[in-house]
Amino acid sequence: MIIEAILLTVITASTPLVIAAMGELVTERSGVLNLGVEGMMIIGAVCAFAVAQLSGSPLIGVGAGILAGAVFSLLFAFLTLTLVANQVATGLALTILGLGVSGMLGESFVGVPGVKLQPIAIPLLADIPFLGPLLFRQDLIFYLSILLVVGVNWFLFRTRSGLKLRAIGDNHGSAHTLGIHVIRTRYLAVLFGGACAGLAGAQLSLVYTPQWVENMSAGRGWIALALVVFASWRPWRVLAGGYLFGAVTIGQLHAQAFGIGLPSQLLSALPYAATIVVLVIISQNRRTTLINTPASLGKPFVPDR
Amino acid sequence: MRIELERRPGMSGFFAIVSPLVALALTVIFGGLMFALLGKDPVDALFSFFIEPLLEVWSLHELAIKAAPLILIAVGLSVAYRSNNWNIGAEGQFTIGAITGSFLPVVFYEWHSPLLLPLMMILGMVGGALYAAIPALLKARFNTNEILTSLMLVYIAQLFLDWLVRGLWRDPAGYNFPQSRSFVTEGVLPEMLSSGRAHWGFAFAIIAAVGVWFMMRYMLKGFQVVVLGQSERAGRFAGFSSRGMIWFSMLFSGALAGLAGISEVSGSIGHLQPSISPGYGFTAIIVAFLGRLNPLGIIASGLVLALTYLGGEGAQLSIGVSDKVTRVFQGLLLFFVLSCDTLIHYRIKVVLGKGRALIAGAGR
Repeated sequence: MIIEAILLTVITASTPLVIAAMGELVTERSGVLNLGVEGMMIIGAVCAFAVAQLSGSPLIGVGAGILAGAVFSLLFAFLTLTLVANQVATGLALTILGLGVSGMLGESFVGVPGVKLQPIAIPLLADIPFLGPLLFRQDLIFYLSILLVVGVNWFLFRTRSGLKLRAIGDNHGSAHTLGIHVIRTRYLAVLFGGACAGLAGAQLSLVYTPQWVENMSAGRGWIALALVVFASWRPWRVLAGGYLFGAVTIGQLHAQAFGIGLPSQLLSALPYAATIVVLVIISQNRRTTLINTPASLGKPFVPDR
Repeated sequence: MRIELERRPGMSGFFAIVSPLVALALTVIFGGLMFALLGKDPVDALFSFFIEPLLEVWSLHELAIKAAPLILIAVGLSVAYRSNNWNIGAEGQFTIGAITGSFLPVVFYEWHSPLLLPLMMILGMVGGALYAAIPALLKARFNTNEILTSLMLVYIAQLFLDWLVRGLWRDPAGYNFPQSRSFVTEGVLPEMLSSGRAHWGFAFAIIAAVGVWFMMRYMLKGFQVVVLGQSERAGRFAGFSSRGMIWFSMLFSGALAGLAGISEVSGSIGHLQPSISPGYGFTAIIVAFLGRLNPLGIIASGLVLALTYLGGEGAQLSIGVSDKVTRVFQGLLLFFVLSCDTLIHYRIKVVLGKGRALIAGAGR
């Protein structure tokens, strides 16, 4: 069935966006703007691919991707949280370094056929017509992405730690006065964002296109950043936005395949153009942006002693 | 063990000068370690990376060719960053500048005139500025984050160039290669000296750097840039327009990136092709920071980063390491620059245990 096939590809294209954006959402909710998503993602992608290739197990590859993203984000955390370096510049540095390091690490893997992460069928549910193959015959990373949205939403709005994290993001000075560990929480939030970006990268090199291509993240990290703004820092809206972008990406690919007479470059530019349009629509309303943006976002914190 | 920061009463002038040098030294040390890990002799590798390109006249010319776009773009970016406008789409403005600048020699390819070259340069600047006007408009009018929009426009610009050279502007006599007609001699930026390839783009870069240095130091506009960048509120009280600053800084940085684009195409390529830049627009961000957002510092840092490009190419040939090493070096350098900059505003105290502490940057 063609609709089912298209929807399946939409899901595969949306999953990395949702995962990376969920990670960044938690980081930003704690008041830290990490622009290095693209870099952490590509590091995750190359490490996941390499480890899966060397160990023969895509599952170990997924673990390696998560770990690599987290370790790489630690660099950012140390610079911006401990040494209070400029967050925008450090995030850019992370992206530049990530693209360079991944290119170097991945050089011997270019053109090597990859190992694909196999889908897991959930008993009974997988047999539901139409929905079964779409939602319950998916790979592990897809299930994780849904769990992530549910879990983050629960954590942020239903737990004490989530409340503390949001408090830090809105006013780190007051949070510090109340005895909340600002720096420690932010370290954890950055690490979580890195792990998610790494997982998103693993999805790219083990599920989406099971191979290693240099710069294969192709701006997805940046789109994930835009998604967080689009979602006004709310987990469920990240899910919706992620799927919207996935649909645009896949839509233009199908349009190219059918040859609808438009230049392929114009169609390839669509996801990027869509990002701009969406950002404009969202940010146009100054008041809602102000209400939703974590008030300490991007501001450095040095405790008084 | 933990690290504490102690704010200095004022900026440390000593570390403002020393910190980029420390960062460079750390990058070289880490680079040596990296080469050792790759199984190369670190001294040998570092020599062919950083010293060898400086020993021959022709490679000094190559250095100037690569430094020209880096310095031009970074000088523009320094104005934007100082005013707190984060234009990170210089790569896109570079590309569009190259395209608009190439309009005359590609479309009116039979026009021979001494006017051609100046017109190309002007059109390149206009193109780059107009492309930067998109994120400027979106930020000033709709409050949209310029970081994300300017970056998305990079991808769009590159796809547009790709389409142009494969379609509308493809050279009819070019055996189907994806490139435009070659520019006529009057459209080629001439060499500066007879000893090698370095073209006038390098002179543009130096002039721009000195001009911006003058503006930042002696003109009201430069003062506005700094005040609005440090505190928008303070700027408003002084009657400076922050919207006006968004427009000024974005258009200005876009124009210089556009000029860099057309100089590169006209001076060292001679036609349009799908790929015209090894990431100059992004590397220029590093150049701007390594130069501490100071135009004169940027001249020096532009030469350093140009050296990493040359060194990467050379090391690939002489010791067989991948040219990806260049990007790694550049990323490392930016990291070290940013971390060393902490020393300018803070003393770093490493608390080891009870009552014992190491203080970095004490006394200065």
